[in-house]
Amino acid sequence: MSTATTHDAHHDHPTGLKRWLFTTNHKDIGTLYLWFSFIMLLIGGAMAMLIRAELFEPGLQFFEPQFFNTLTTMHGLIMVFGAIMPGMVGLANWLIPMMIGAPDMALPRMNNWSFWILPFAGMLLISTLFMDGGGPAFGWTFYAPLSTTFAPESTDFFIFSVHMLGFSSIMGAINIIATVLNMRAPGMTLMKMPLFVWTWLITAFLLIAVMPVLAGAVTMMLTDRHFGTSFFEAAGGGDPVLFQHVFWFFGHPEVYIMILPAFGVVSQIIPTFSRKKLFGYSSMVYATASIAFLSFIVWAHHMFTTGMPVAGELYFMYATTLISVPTAVKVFNWTATMWRGSLTFETPMLWAVAFVFLFTIGGFSGLMLGVAPADMQYQDTYFVVAHFHYVLVTGALFAIIAAVYYWLPKWTGHMYDERLGKIHFWWSAISVNVLFFPQHFLGLAGMPRRIPDYSLQFADWNMISSLGGFAFGTAQLLFLYIIIKTIRGGQQATDQVWEGAEGLEWTIPSPAPYHTFETAPEIK
Amino acid sequence: MFAKKLRRALCGLWGAVILLGAGNAFAGFDQLNMTPGVTDISHKVYDLHMLIFKICVVICVGVFAVLIYSIFKHRKSKGAKPASFHESTTVEIIWTTIPFLILVGMAVPATKTLLALEDTRDADMSIKITGYQWKWKYDYLDEDISFFSILKTPQDEIKNEAAKGENYLAEVDNPIVVPINKKIRFLITSNDVIHSWWVPVLGWKQDAVPGFINDAWAEINEPGTYRGKCAELCGKDHGFMPIVLVAKTEEDYKAWVAEQKVAKAAEAESAGKSWTKDELVAKGEQVYKTNCVFCHQANGEGVPGSFPALAGSAIATGPVENHIDIVVHGSKKNPTMAAFGQQLSDVDLAAVITYERNAFGNNTGDMVQPSDIAAVK
Repeated sequence: MSTATTHDAHHDHPTGLKRWLFTTNHKDIGTLYLWFSFIMLLIGGAMAMLIRAELFEPGLQFFEPQFFNTLTTMHGLIMVFGAIMPGMVGLANWLIPMMIGAPDMALPRMNNWSFWILPFAGMLLISTLFMDGGGPAFGWTFYAPLSTTFAPESTDFFIFSVHMLGFSSIMGAINIIATVLNMRAPGMTLMKMPLFVWTWLITAFLLIAVMPVLAGAVTMMLTDRHFGTSFFEAAGGGDPVLFQHVFWFFGHPEVYIMILPAFGVVSQIIPTFSRKKLFGYSSMVYATASIAFLSFIVWAHHMFTTGMPVAGELYFMYATTLISVPTAVKVFNWTATMWRGSLTFETPMLWAVAFVFLFTIGGFSGLMLGVAPADMQYQDTYFVVAHFHYVLVTGALFAIIAAVYYWLPKWTGHMYDERLGKIHFWWSAISVNVLFFPQHFLGLAGMPRRIPDYSLQFADWNMISSLGGFAFGTAQLLFLYIIIKTIRGGQQATDQVWEGAEGLEWTIPSPAPYHTFETAPEIK
Repeated sequence: MFAKKLRRALCGLWGAVILLGAGNAFAGFDQLNMTPGVTDISHKVYDLHMLIFKICVVICVGVFAVLIYSIFKHRKSKGAKPASFHESTTVEIIWTTIPFLILVGMAVPATKTLLALEDTRDADMSIKITGYQWKWKYDYLDEDISFFSILKTPQDEIKNEAAKGENYLAEVDNPIVVPINKKIRFLITSNDVIHSWWVPVLGWKQDAVPGFINDAWAEINEPGTYRGKCAELCGKDHGFMPIVLVAKTEEDYKAWVAEQKVAKAAEAESAGKSWTKDELVAKGEQVYKTNCVFCHQANGEGVPGSFPALAGSAIATGPVENHIDIVVHGSKKNPTMAAFGQQLSDVDLAAVITYERNAFGNNTGDMVQPSDIAAVK
């Protein structure tokens, strides 16, 4: 291998558009993923603002019901597949090689391809908004037959877009597994890896297992729509509920795909600002693996009201509530890490601690939803909406934001503006609760989800929720400003950046050089 | 001086908030929790919900108390020095076991409630519920009663052109009427997409799946009018297909059944008679407003790209046979245009087609009689 010489020769890498189009560098690709994620967050967020504007008062103010349904559908799809997942993959690209002492990802060209599929898949999805008959309006869960026989023509573009997103995710996952298993520096045994790498390794296996299932589901939709099959059509011997089984066999692991890397991020940040090692490292690894395993055998808890046999309902109730055990272990371990530490609260720590509090609330409402007889009331109400926004917004999204503040000095070489970061945090943390907490009340009081208009008894809390939503939405523009400001300048960051930071990424200069660990570091 | 000013400003603001709250036209801040409902099962579901909720709150408060204590006491700024402990198998075992035992404890009442909830045996009567885009049909299997139940809230209230009534979006033309103290079995299915029949006071919702029949049951303890909604996204007007359930005493229920039968006989008689055009148009307008207006709109212009216009359309102004065909048998191209032959009486069909051919500027002068419909059905 002539690694050293070839790399030196490559130092005049292309600039401008070509640099980004042809890059095989994990840092460049990580940056691309993160910016893509941010743009999608803003687009999906703008849709959320429109949804909250329509729901501000009873009556139809701005949109026809069909377009409202398109908004909720696209908001969900864009946030899940466009914002959260690529955000996490961006972090993985930037951090995994630096954390395990590898020079790059194992399959750099495929890495380029898995990113560059995304913008096209995203554009294809968004283009459906402008098609005759409107965009997909059947919810991000696209239940048949609403998404097959009764769907607009643009659904075929949606199906193709999901296929492309799936290719991208599977290739990204293969790359991560190959990197983690083959490219660790000497001495970096599996049980010495930073927890973020562990959570991503497990997540990558989840992705490889379930993205093909999603591809199968949309392919069956496609053949039902155009080629005379009846997978989900009772009149032809099929079963609409089969769709839900296939979808949730993908969908439930999918929610852990979005939250496990978040667990990893928080497990990096809390020890740093507690100046104390992560409590129960190995139990954290085992808990992550148990959650991943359990995520495959609980899918039908999304379907308690579909008329499953009672034995099925009992099984899925027991298995589902079981997930709260490893999840609780994680929360206890984070708490024990902070206990008798030496805490400081820089912006990344604020977001991470908020994650622990608010994700716990989302976890508890999840436990309540897992109890089948009570779920007969909760199912398809705003209680569910509140639950999954607590785990996805104050869970996954908060973790991504925490990660950006935590590693931004390493990426850019500049410290962000601490005062603005704190304003961003408090503004978001308060408004997000004003936004989502009242939705628990709305759901319990009987408001179904995915409705553009509601009865008068729901008016007050909807108005409060919308106000919180507008405030939370604007706060993210401040985030954009802070990031741009940090990229353009600011106080020079040290190599270690944070007093309590440990790990290989803090041993290299800030900003991280284009190529790192060309010679593998030695891990004791 | 400044403090005084500030206090006055805050008092003023607070006063404004209170006034705003008192003058608010909408109610709702008191709507915080699930209804205990009006059946034994719904009470059990409510009790179970409160039990899990309380367990969650207790654990939550415990964990948060430790976190908050740590946040305030173990700060570097207060001179806290980091401890060096970072693992303990004993502690890990303890905090894995305790949540597990709590779960087992919760599983017992949950299992009991679920088994009771799903036990639809030995029912006193059965009602079949069919979801349609976007209305409900009720078939009383033990009586010869069958009718559709459609949103009654007028379009101008939805479009903010009129003040909203008390039961905005929670009122229907024909509520489902049931007796109290009888075990009623509901057989729930759908004609098109998946819907979900949900009246919160009964303690459950059940999906209506096309091609399959789900069952559920209720035995209501108190007479009253109870309101619910479709809970599964079923297309454009998912938010506009409410449920109203009226529970009556045994005698009142029997009287209602008798009334329905008389009305049915009268309707059968009217189908035989010959209608004048004015009668048909007047009746047709009513039928149009309940069944057609959501897609084709009050002015017959439809929604471009989604729902075709009737005003000046080839079907509504062309040969009358084609018009009858699409209304009675539905559209082959677009399943959203349902086959109304299964849903409306011959009189209603004749009336609405006559109305459509003479409204929105479609002055064809045509008239369709109930007998014309019966001929193609």
